[in-house]
Amino acid sequence: MQDFGDAFALAGQLLVSFDPDLREIVGLSLRVSVTSVLIACLLGFPLGALIAVGRFPGRGLLHVFVSAMMGLPPVVVGLMVYLMLSNAGPLGSLQWLYSPAAMMIAQTVLITPIIAALTAQVVADLNREYHALFQSLCVPAHRRVAALLWDARFSLLTVALAGFGRAVAEVGAVMIVGGNIANLTRVMTTAIALETAKGELGLALALGMVLMLIAFAINAVLMVTRARAVERAYV
Amino acid sequence: MQQRCKVLAWITVIWGLTSAMAVAENSAPSIVLQSTTSTANSGLYEHLLPQFYTETGIRVHVVAVGTGQAIKNAQNGDGDVLLVHAQSAEEAFVEAGYGVARFDVMYNDFVIVGPADDPAGVTGLADPVAALQKIADTGSVFASRGDDSGTHKKERSLWWATRAQPDAASGRWYRETGSGMGATLNVAVGMGAYTLTDRATWISFKNKGEHVIHVEGTQALFNQYGVILVNPERHARVKAAEGQAFVDWIVSDRGQQAIADYRLDGQQLFFPNATVK
Repeated sequence: MQDFGDAFALAGQLLVSFDPDLREIVGLSLRVSVTSVLIACLLGFPLGALIAVGRFPGRGLLHVFVSAMMGLPPVVVGLMVYLMLSNAGPLGSLQWLYSPAAMMIAQTVLITPIIAALTAQVVADLNREYHALFQSLCVPAHRRVAALLWDARFSLLTVALAGFGRAVAEVGAVMIVGGNIANLTRVMTTAIALETAKGELGLALALGMVLMLIAFAINAVLMVTRARAVERAYV
Repeated sequence: MQQRCKVLAWITVIWGLTSAMAVAENSAPSIVLQSTTSTANSGLYEHLLPQFYTETGIRVHVVAVGTGQAIKNAQNGDGDVLLVHAQSAEEAFVEAGYGVARFDVMYNDFVIVGPADDPAGVTGLADPVAALQKIADTGSVFASRGDDSGTHKKERSLWWATRAQPDAASGRWYRETGSGMGATLNVAVGMGAYTLTDRATWISFKNKGEHVIHVEGTQALFNQYGVILVNPERHARVKAAEGQAFVDWIVSDRGQQAIADYRLDGQQLFFPNATVK
């Protein structure tokens, strides 16, 4: 198990030296995953809230569908997005294949169901408290959704973080649509897969540790921000 | 509230800047090269492509996958140039009109690697077919790529020449990993299996464990790489001029010399043998 020792030393070295290649890879990972989370939130929050409070035919089916989509394998998402963006596919003219844009699309498809399904749960719980109030004040549906989403904002931050975790950790989708091209579409997870394939297990593990550290830092910052905001909101 | 808005504004500004920088970077002319893991993982392209870039100003984005997948991607028009190692599949690709023409670029060879204690007793055998037969007869574990890559095609053609029936033993001594060369080597080292690999990947592979080369150096293990420009008549978005420049360069004296110059641990990994100049 010499690899573990090597990996710790290497991870430290990589962080201290602030290697330019590593910086680029980390930067792209964050750019792709954060953008995907932002888009997925824009789509998933309203969709989830609609499922939670809406009264329309097919609502139950939609809920089951969105929940089931949480289990989508990244490779399948990657393959679907590849077939869409391929020059032989319907969206080939965009020329987005093997670009960060393609990776963002794949990750957005992957995590929007997660965000929507979790949002539906959060909003449904809150709606039970607010329902009588909304009824008595005759609040229209779109105002209800807006009010519920705003009041659930702290819980929704956790929902967004769950989406971010899934996005930044997946490798199957970005490998297919990004192509793991050096200096263009190589992100943390595809770099780890590449180093593993080269037999550089220590370096692969070190990159994994760096990824963990970044995820840890982001979660910590957002949790602290959230705690402060909650304090201010309720004094 | 005000403070939060400020933070949000800063995040947006930084986001915009990094995105804009990324866009500016991509303005140079570029092509997509569909290629194999053996050439990419061995570091050959890190050696060749900077030189090609200085001479032509064209960036090459390498997508490294198995030969089967590379050919499929190129058929879909998702690449400008194809550089792989499965001559009959390459010729079929050109014949079907997906490629303009195929040129030999370079060669190296395949080797059979396995655990140092050699349970099948194949060390030093001159004939790889006989070696595989012995592996089958002794029921020694063999890790196959199982992914329709160039190496996998080669392995299958060697098995066909034996009396053994590896497919009937799939899951027992014949284990198909369905993954790339590096992943398969990791598996082979992990379970003490024999496997067929190209020499470049083996030399550059860093997790060899107790594994060594047992069979090498015969004509039957020859490994030829070819280059093909994807047919722009088939896919209008193929960057024909830039792609042709790459094909011309890699078969030219300068490109061939650059291939010959690439060494890892003092060993030459690829041997140029283009016939057109």
